[in-house]
Amino acid sequence: MTTEQEHRSVGSWGRGAVAFLERFGILIFLVLLIVFFYSQNNRFLSQRNIFNILTEVSIYGVIAVGMTYVILTAGIDLSVGSVLAFAAMCGAVIAKGASEDRFSSGSNVDTGWAAAMATACMVGLVAGWIHGLATTKLKVPPFVVTLGGMTVWRGATLVLGKGGPISGFDDSYRMWGKGELWGVPVPIVVFAIVAILGHIVLRYTPFGRKVYAVGCNREAARLVGVNTDRVITSVYVIVGLLSGLAGFLLSARLSSAEAVAGEMFELRVIASVVIGGTSLFGGIGGIGGTVVGAILIGVLINGLVIMNVGAYYQQIIIGVIIVLAVAFDTFAKSHRSR
Amino acid sequence: MTAPDPMREGTPQLCLSVQNITKRFPGVLALDNVSLEIAPGEVHALLGENGAGKSTLLKILSGAETSDAGTITFGGRILPPERPLDRQARGIATIYQEFSLLPELSIAENVFLGREPLQFGFVQWRRMFRETSRILERLGITINPRTPVARLSIAEQQMVEIARALSMRSDLIVMDEPTAALGSREVKRLHAIVNDLRRQNIAVLYITHRLEEVPLLCDRFSVLRDGRLVGTGPIGGTETDDLVRMMVGRDVEFERQGGRAVAGSTVLEARGLRTRLSSRGGSVSLKNVSIEIRSGEVLGIAGLVGAGRTELARTLFGADVLHDGELLVDGKKTRLRSPRDAIRRGIFLVPEDRKQQALFLTQSTCRNLTLPSLKRLLRMWWFVDERAEERLLDEYRGKLNIRMATGRQLISSLSGGNQQKVVLSRLMACRPKVLILDEPTRGVDVGAKAEIHQILVDLARRGVAVVVISSELAEVMAISDRVITMREGCITGELNALEATEETLMSRMAIETIT
Repeated sequence: MTTEQEHRSVGSWGRGAVAFLERFGILIFLVLLIVFFYSQNNRFLSQRNIFNILTEVSIYGVIAVGMTYVILTAGIDLSVGSVLAFAAMCGAVIAKGASEDRFSSGSNVDTGWAAAMATACMVGLVAGWIHGLATTKLKVPPFVVTLGGMTVWRGATLVLGKGGPISGFDDSYRMWGKGELWGVPVPIVVFAIVAILGHIVLRYTPFGRKVYAVGCNREAARLVGVNTDRVITSVYVIVGLLSGLAGFLLSARLSSAEAVAGEMFELRVIASVVIGGTSLFGGIGGIGGTVVGAILIGVLINGLVIMNVGAYYQQIIIGVIIVLAVAFDTFAKSHRSR
Repeated sequence: MTAPDPMREGTPQLCLSVQNITKRFPGVLALDNVSLEIAPGEVHALLGENGAGKSTLLKILSGAETSDAGTITFGGRILPPERPLDRQARGIATIYQEFSLLPELSIAENVFLGREPLQFGFVQWRRMFRETSRILERLGITINPRTPVARLSIAEQQMVEIARALSMRSDLIVMDEPTAALGSREVKRLHAIVNDLRRQNIAVLYITHRLEEVPLLCDRFSVLRDGRLVGTGPIGGTETDDLVRMMVGRDVEFERQGGRAVAGSTVLEARGLRTRLSSRGGSVSLKNVSIEIRSGEVLGIAGLVGAGRTELARTLFGADVLHDGELLVDGKKTRLRSPRDAIRRGIFLVPEDRKQQALFLTQSTCRNLTLPSLKRLLRMWWFVDERAEERLLDEYRGKLNIRMATGRQLISSLSGGNQQKVVLSRLMACRPKVLILDEPTRGVDVGAKAEIHQILVDLARRGVAVVVISSELAEVMAISDRVITMREGCITGELNALEATEETLMSRMAIETIT
């Protein structure tokens, strides 16, 4: 007790500053990054560019919300990009009917998008459920299960699409990728809704509490009666479903379900979650950080393009900044525990 | 010093002489002016209850701790404070109760770990295997030195530890409860090896809780109690009863509360429980254990480390797999497949290792407390009512006198006693019928200990069946109404708490019953 009081008297201002840094470190980093890009090119903060960035972010951001759940249980899902592609392809097949007219534009039913969306989400959900069962029942580590899933679902996509894309959707379908709602691009609205729901479930429901508990100490959770297998399976179902949803949005945006859609997405998604302060060891983190992390990556990619940095150099810079961002965050956090 | 003449006349030069060692930890005097002498080729028994200071002395000898005062003379020279590796190099080898072997590596690699024979920077595998075989032969065991340690039995792993000590050409081998995990046949083999070491003039400091082996094996003994040396001398003429008296002879710390209960009906009954050794941890299996747990009383389970107490607790809770036997909850035959099954029937467990098995260290105190009660703290059907959570926290904070600043504080910032009170509150909030506590006051300071005892007795008075497992006899006697003693996975006695004394308990826990 006394040491704690001493700490406080040493400098409440210093302590406050550190606590502030710890909490908002990544946010400050993001703001600095935005200021920097804006100083390089003031088109960076034009409304068009902001929407452009956020629409890009929304696609993988939706998955990152689900990935936050997975990583909070100390798991990982490497298959999200492949599940995205497969789910989108399944949705496209349903929407377009027979594959003969797969390059023709338009379709005969206006409700094609609804069937496609429902199919994509269901397919993602089932894929996630399979991953969850494999980790909990077969006791295969999630890294391995989803590494396998990564190639399985990609292969399945290629089989289903016969190696090529399915493209040309009607307007109501494309609206989900390119349309606007209250002047805001639809994917951004979807992302916002998903993030808010994700936050509420995580923060205010017993299920959310159990996710933290399982990630923090699985054995202790089991011994107080938490059905740990069910919680773990659920988080893979959630990330699968959201990958399916993201697949649908991406196909609507590109007006095409591509066999190569979402390649390397897993890295972007996991980076968003980790930059957002969620611990890979589970039990620490939240959706708020993930949203900031996802936007940070989007800002980086877009900013470098606007600055005309060559595509090859972009990759190098992004990798370095991701590591620096997490190092900055860790540094800020380590100061409090001392 | 490696091979002094065993036929030397007169008093042999001492191998080890410990003079006036004192060691203080915050709040405890762990060793108080302890002196000890061991001659070469002597097997010296070091006895004492849990917490008597044996481990501290052992750590000081091995170099893991330094003493505050006193000297250690070894091989005629006073030893400076130094690291464990230097102590090993001087010839003091320590075999800890929990082995320090690397399970994936071979026997030879473990024996020569960190001291591999090298040539031009490369390991000389053949030489390593050859030398290991030679040492194993000396111990009378024929196992291929290439075998991974994970495939060995506990007893064989013990032999590997001894082989390591021998490979260092030690003059003194300290063994910390080497027989705690061994069956009687393996114990005999270990005794043969120790006798062999004696013939080779190697001194052995032998820490044990099994008193029956002391007269068979040891030459002299020393008894520690509360950090003080209370007796030392040659074994000849000393009865095990005298040793027990020396070990426990002190006032009971806690006021006796138990023994007065009017026990209610039997709520949980076990008949003929048997378990198998599980792959993960656990060195004992239950052998035909039958007990009755009654509402309204505190049942104490006493036993030494490795007696099967924790295994019994986990089996009653559905956390370990039952191999044979049956459980009856409220008189009805029941199968408990998981802790969830047990909890549904009102059986709760406070596990042995608070950090590893009970706490969510990255979470707030409040969340740690309310987790199993969330179902009853909802509003608008789905959402956790945070105000109700706080009310629950405040209720138990008052009832159990939990000291903390706010519920949002991380549980890891509380003291051990307060953490344990949170764990208790968490289960009390679920209204248990049966509450099993495995070492409920481990790592808890004396004040909080007494408070926890009071809580448990109160719970029993209100009709809960409380089962307390503890290595501290004083604790078991203070709160139990009935005491069961265990040893090697069997129940060795049942006593009314008023009849129980430390002597009667200790003899049932530690001395082999003749069957």
